[in-house]
Amino acid sequence: MDVRFTTAGDTAFNVEFGEGIDRPTNARVMALHARLKTAAPPGLVETVPTFRSLQVVYDPAVTSRREVQAAVEAELAHAGDAPAEGSLWRLPVCYDAELGPDLAELSASLGLSAERLIDLHGSTEYFVYMLGFMPGFAYMGDLPAELEKPRRSEPRVRVPAGSVATAGRLTTVYPWESPGGWHLIGRCPVPLYDGARPSPVLLAAGDRVRFEAVDRARFDALSAEAAAGRFDPDTLRAAP
Amino acid sequence: MSAPCLTIVRPGLFATIQDLGRFGHQELGMPVAGALDPIALRLANALVGNPVGTAGVEIALLGPALKVEADGVRVAVVGPMALSLEREGESPQALEPHRSHTLARGDVLKLGAVSGAAVAYLAVAGGFALEPFLGSLSTYVRAGIGPLGGKPLGDGGRLPLNRNDAPPGTDVELPEPPDYGSGPVRVVLGPQEDRFTAAAVETFLSATYRVGKDADRMGLRLDGPTLAHTGSADIPSDGLVTGSIQVPGNGQPILLLNDHQTAGGYAKIATVISADLPRVGRLSPGGALSFRAVTVEEAEAIRRRQEQTIAAWVRAIRPVRPAGGVDLEALYAENLVSGVVDIVNGNGDILNREEMCGRAP
Repeated sequence: MDVRFTTAGDTAFNVEFGEGIDRPTNARVMALHARLKTAAPPGLVETVPTFRSLQVVYDPAVTSRREVQAAVEAELAHAGDAPAEGSLWRLPVCYDAELGPDLAELSASLGLSAERLIDLHGSTEYFVYMLGFMPGFAYMGDLPAELEKPRRSEPRVRVPAGSVATAGRLTTVYPWESPGGWHLIGRCPVPLYDGARPSPVLLAAGDRVRFEAVDRARFDALSAEAAAGRFDPDTLRAAP
Repeated sequence: MSAPCLTIVRPGLFATIQDLGRFGHQELGMPVAGALDPIALRLANALVGNPVGTAGVEIALLGPALKVEADGVRVAVVGPMALSLEREGESPQALEPHRSHTLARGDVLKLGAVSGAAVAYLAVAGGFALEPFLGSLSTYVRAGIGPLGGKPLGDGGRLPLNRNDAPPGTDVELPEPPDYGSGPVRVVLGPQEDRFTAAAVETFLSATYRVGKDADRMGLRLDGPTLAHTGSADIPSDGLVTGSIQVPGNGQPILLLNDHQTAGGYAKIATVISADLPRVGRLSPGGALSFRAVTVEEAEAIRRRQEQTIAAWVRAIRPVRPAGGVDLEALYAENLVSGVVDIVNGNGDILNREEMCGRAP
């Protein structure tokens, strides 16, 4: 089980557990992330989990790479590969053609019916590998192999907030209106980022997500509730 | 009476509230943001007696005009910019940066153009009475995060103040503007220098790059020789830091600044060392830069020396000299340069400049 340290200047380094995007590699990332949160060695600023590596950020005015790496190595010796269990979320999604403008093109290019695509997307439990790109943007895997398709060659300048999208073996919900190159297949009426909440980001790395198809009427009703601040996202958290 | 504040008479072109960054939430995809030139912000705060890390106004391009709606306020600007004071019944008066100024109710502070660096900073004694978000007052405009709705200063808005009056004491100044040094920007190679050809690494460390017109708080696109990857430019997205230099498939490097996204999927050839981040944070489009590689240990030593230098600059802050008076400080400094015994001090010691700075009020 090779671990590789790479260097990001004098404020950070990465602990790399592999090259691929897979659950066992990510589990080791998350396990070390959890250990370092508890251990909190002096001068450690934060750790940032990504697909296959943990970025360790430190303050060089307080500590040194040597000291922080020694603390990380000590934790590595004890960190297993079983991170704490994340939450399971049931996120509503409306696969209406208007809300998922790439649904028809994507299903055609994959040689599937739209119904089959929706069924496959909705019948999988996804794992949140990491957050990044923008606050609350969750990289979730693993999309069924039948739905694998590289990003669009021409990214959209403006993807609406809430868009449910796929790229490669990953799926996501855009928390913000932003540019984006993923295939838009539906829309989630629940905001994944809400600055008014104590923890503004709904999903965390290590969480799991199931999408539940809702019709347009239900989507509109939930959107209105959310816009009025009357929707409690905790109701989407499945009982353990 | 209404709460003390500075009213924004004219917003300027891009002024934002920034502190030293919103750390601790990158796992949520939350960018760090914070001051592009943390040294200037630290010095501005020191000039008005604020603790390190107090938020100030980061001014890019052209600064705002602010009217004092408080009994008094002490302010300081650090950075290469023009500023002036309009006081009722008096003709407009040019003010100096790199010192504090005590303003009275009704005064209008006009911050002009920033020239010679990308940014300058305004600090107010006591700081702004704004609500931190996730522990920080840094503004991340792209997602509307931070104080003032996560937006730059707007027309007619208000900057609420924690103090209604200026603290006691006289105005102070830095003896001279801080010197950030020159020469190549120092980098540590990696984390993915092995994704580049040996020739590309050599080119990167020998060429001169220019900041392209796509330059903002997120990063600087650099114009110069292209850098070849050994294979694909893409990697599984991993963490980014301020100073990461990523190279997409077109071979043109992008130097990421404070508003960088938390993770990215392009190979990174090198990372600017923390001591040189304030220098690159000051770069504007057209600015030239080249790179020199150092080790992590060297980078850490450079940063430690820089912290000592900043501490010396802070210790050197002294009362503003009355116009036309005898410049005792300058006389002392002359003595030191000449190695003359400091008889004024009375103890026969020869003081070095550091100790001199330490004695300054």
